[in-house]
Amino acid sequence: MNEKHAPLFHIAKRKSLTWYKAWGIRLLAILLALILDALITTLVTGLNPLGVYGTIFKGSFGSMRKFWVLMQNISILLCVSIAVTPAFKMRFWNVGGEGQILVGALATAACMILLGNSLPNAILIPVMVLASVAAGAVWGLIPAFFKAKWNTNETLFTLMMNYVATQLVAYFVIVWEVPKGAGKIGIINQSTEAGWFPMIGTNRYLINIIIVAVLTFFVYYYNRFSKHGYEIAVVGGSEKTARYVGINVQKVIMRTMALSGALCGVAGLLLVAGTNHTVTTSISGGRGFTAVMVAWLAKFNPFAMILTSFLIVFLERGASAISSDFGLNASFADIITGIILFFIIASEFFINYQLVFRKGHRKTEGKEA
Amino acid sequence: MKKILAILLASTMVLSLAACASNGAATTTSEPAAEAEAAPEAAEAEAAPEAAEAEAAPAEGNTVKAGFIFLHDENSTYDLNFLNAAKEACESAGIEYIIKTNIPEGQECYDAALELIDEGCNFIFADSFGHEDFMIQAAKENPDVQFSHATGTKAHTEGLSNYHNAFADIFQGRYLAGVAAGLKLNEMIENGEFTAEEAKIGYVGAYTYAEVISGYTSFFLGARSVCPTATMEVTFTGSWYDETAEKEGANKLIQNGCKLISQHADSMGAPTACETAGVPNVSYNGSTESVAPNTFIISSRIDWAPYMLHCIEAIQNGTEIEADWTGTLATGSVKLTDINANVAAAGTEEKLAEVTAALEDGSLQVFDASTFTVGGEALDSYLADVDTDPDYTPDTEVIIDGAFHESEFRSAPYFDLQIDGIELLDTAF
Repeated sequence: MNEKHAPLFHIAKRKSLTWYKAWGIRLLAILLALILDALITTLVTGLNPLGVYGTIFKGSFGSMRKFWVLMQNISILLCVSIAVTPAFKMRFWNVGGEGQILVGALATAACMILLGNSLPNAILIPVMVLASVAAGAVWGLIPAFFKAKWNTNETLFTLMMNYVATQLVAYFVIVWEVPKGAGKIGIINQSTEAGWFPMIGTNRYLINIIIVAVLTFFVYYYNRFSKHGYEIAVVGGSEKTARYVGINVQKVIMRTMALSGALCGVAGLLLVAGTNHTVTTSISGGRGFTAVMVAWLAKFNPFAMILTSFLIVFLERGASAISSDFGLNASFADIITGIILFFIIASEFFINYQLVFRKGHRKTEGKEA
Repeated sequence: MKKILAILLASTMVLSLAACASNGAATTTSEPAAEAEAAPEAAEAEAAPEAAEAEAAPAEGNTVKAGFIFLHDENSTYDLNFLNAAKEACESAGIEYIIKTNIPEGQECYDAALELIDEGCNFIFADSFGHEDFMIQAAKENPDVQFSHATGTKAHTEGLSNYHNAFADIFQGRYLAGVAAGLKLNEMIENGEFTAEEAKIGYVGAYTYAEVISGYTSFFLGARSVCPTATMEVTFTGSWYDETAEKEGANKLIQNGCKLISQHADSMGAPTACETAGVPNVSYNGSTESVAPNTFIISSRIDWAPYMLHCIEAIQNGTEIEADWTGTLATGSVKLTDINANVAAAGTEEKLAEVTAALEDGSLQVFDASTFTVGGEALDSYLADVDTDPDYTPDTEVIIDGAFHESEFRSAPYFDLQIDGIELLDTAF
C-alpha cells in the first residue's frame, strides 16, 4: 500500500560531495544556463548566440581600459562582500551595506569639501580614511547595539538604516549643490584634486585594487586565525554555547558589526576619493545587496569571493556590451545574465541535496493505481 | 533554520537583481549610418538633398565618428528626445555613431567617454547635467576630441578649446505654450466654468533650479499675457524623473483648485493625473497625447538635431565650435508639437503664429521687465549667477534695455527670480 503512493522522486540531503564533483555540478549549471540563453537569444532575436557570447567576453576584455574598469568594479564589489562577511559568519544578517557605504562616502566627501582648501593631501587623506571608517562603523554599530541589548531584528533594522543614510546624503547634496537648485554636487576639488587618491603611474584605479587586495587578506586572516574570528564562529554556531564557554556575546556582536560597517565605509571612501570624486544617493549602485549574493555564493571565503564578484561584474559588463553591439534593449541583457545567476544558485541546491528516484520495478505497480 | 536561510537568500537575490536592473545596465547601441540609410523610409523627400550634401562633405573635410552618452534609455521622454535627435543628425550627415544609454552621472560617464574614444569617436556628446564634470575631466585628457554637453554651465569659464555647452531659447517655446494655456483658461472662464479670479495654473517642477524657474516663469508670463488674472502655484518633486511624485504633485495642485497643469519633469505622471481628473495639461519634451488624449493641449521641446549637425559640420570643416551655443526658433531648436484641436481653445493656432512672429523679429521679449514685478517692484537691474561657483556669487548684469537677457551670457538658463503672482508651495529641493 505504502509503495503505491511513493512519489516519483524525493529529495534527500547529500553526504558531503568531493570538491571536484561539486565543481562539476557548478560547471554543468553554467553550461546549461548558456544553452538556455542561446536558445532564447536565437528564438527571440534571431542572432547567433556564439556572437553574443563573444561580445559578453569582449565587454570585459575587449581593451586595456575595459579590463581596468572590470578590475576596479570587482575591487569595490569585493570590498563590500568581505565587509559583510564577518557579520554573516556570526549569523547577523547585515543587509545594511548600502547605508554603511553611503555614510562612508558622505564622510569622505564632507572632508574633501570642508577641508580641501586648508589641509595638504598628506594630512587630508588620513583624515578622510578615519572619517569614513568611523562613519561606517557607527552605522553598523547602531543596529548591533539594539540587537545585543534588546534582541531587535537586525535584518529589518539594517535595512531601515539604508533609507536613513540615503536621506542623509540627499540632504547634504542639497546643502552642497552647485549651482543652486541643481541637486548635484559635481566633481569635488576638480582643479586642485585635493583629497583625491594619487594615481599610480598613469593608472587611476590601481590604488583601489591594491587596497582591496590587502583588506581581503586581512579579513581572511581575521576570520580564520584570530581569536575574534573564532568567537564569531562560536556565536554564529550557538549563542548559548558561546555564553557557556564565557564569550561576551553582546560585545562580539557589536565589535563585529562595527568592523563590518567600517569596511563598508572604506568602500564608500574608495568610491569617492578613488573614482567618482563626488557623492550621490545612488553612488553605491546596489552593491550592498549584490555583495550578500557574492559572499553567500563564495561560502564566506574571501578568496572565493574574488571569483564570485568577478562573475557578477563580468556578467554586468557583458550585458552592456550585448546591447552595444546588437542594439538590444538593456532588459534583454538582464534576462541573459539573470538566467545564468539563477542556474548558479540552483546548482548549490543540487550540491547539498540529491533527487532519489523510485526504483524501476514499481513501473508495473504504477499502472494498477 | 534552513528554510529561513533559503528565504533570506531568495529575497536578497530579488533585491540585488532589482539593484542590477536599475543601476547595472549601461548599454550601448552601435549603428553604422549606412545601414539606416538603406531603409527606404529614411529617404524622405526633404531629407534627401541634405543627406546627399553631407555625404559629399567628409570627402573634403575630416571624418567624424560621434559617440553619445545618455542618462537613461528610450523610456524617458527626456532621453528619447536626444536619442531621436542623435539618429536624425548622424543619418543626415552620413556619419558613423555609437550610442551608450543608461550611463549614470558618475565615473561611469568618464569611462564611457574614454571607451568611445578607444572605439574611434572624435565627437562626444552627453545629455545630462550631472555628466558635465566627468566630460570636462575627459576633455582635459583628450585635447584632440571635441566634447559637447547639453545643459551644462561651465564651458565659458573652463577655457578648454574642445569642451562646449549648448542649450536653446526654450523659454520662448514655454512662453508660446503658456499663450495656448492662457487662451484655454479664457475659454473656460467664458464658458462659466470658473470666474476670472479663480484662473489658477498648477506647475510640477523638479528642483528649484534656474532651468526650471526660467521654464515656469516664461510659461506663466505667456499665459498671463492673454489671461491677465492668471496666477500660478508650483510644487517640486526633488527628482527629474519620479512618476509617482509627479502624479501626486499634480493631484495636490488640482485639489488646491488649479484649473490647468503644466510640468517640468520627465515622466508621464502629471499628464496621467490630469487625464484622470479631466484637467487640461501642457507638457514638455514632446507630445503626451497618447496618455492624455482628452486633456493634452500642446507641448514644447528642444530639438537637438540642429546643434548636433552644427558640431559635426564644424569638425568636418575644421572650424571651432563655440563654447556656448544657444538654439532659437530660427535654428529650428525650439519646437512646439501639433496642437490638440480637441482640447485647445479656438483660434490658438492663429494666435501662436502671431506671437511667434513677434518673438522672431524681436518686437516681443519674453522677460520684458515691465511685465513682471519682484516683491512688488519692477526691476531695472539684476546680477545673475552666470559663472558657476560653490557660493552662488552673482556676477553678471542681465537686465539690459528693460528686459532680462536669458541664455545670452551662457547657453544654460540663469533666470532665478521669484516673480509676483507665482506661489511656491515647497522649496525643499
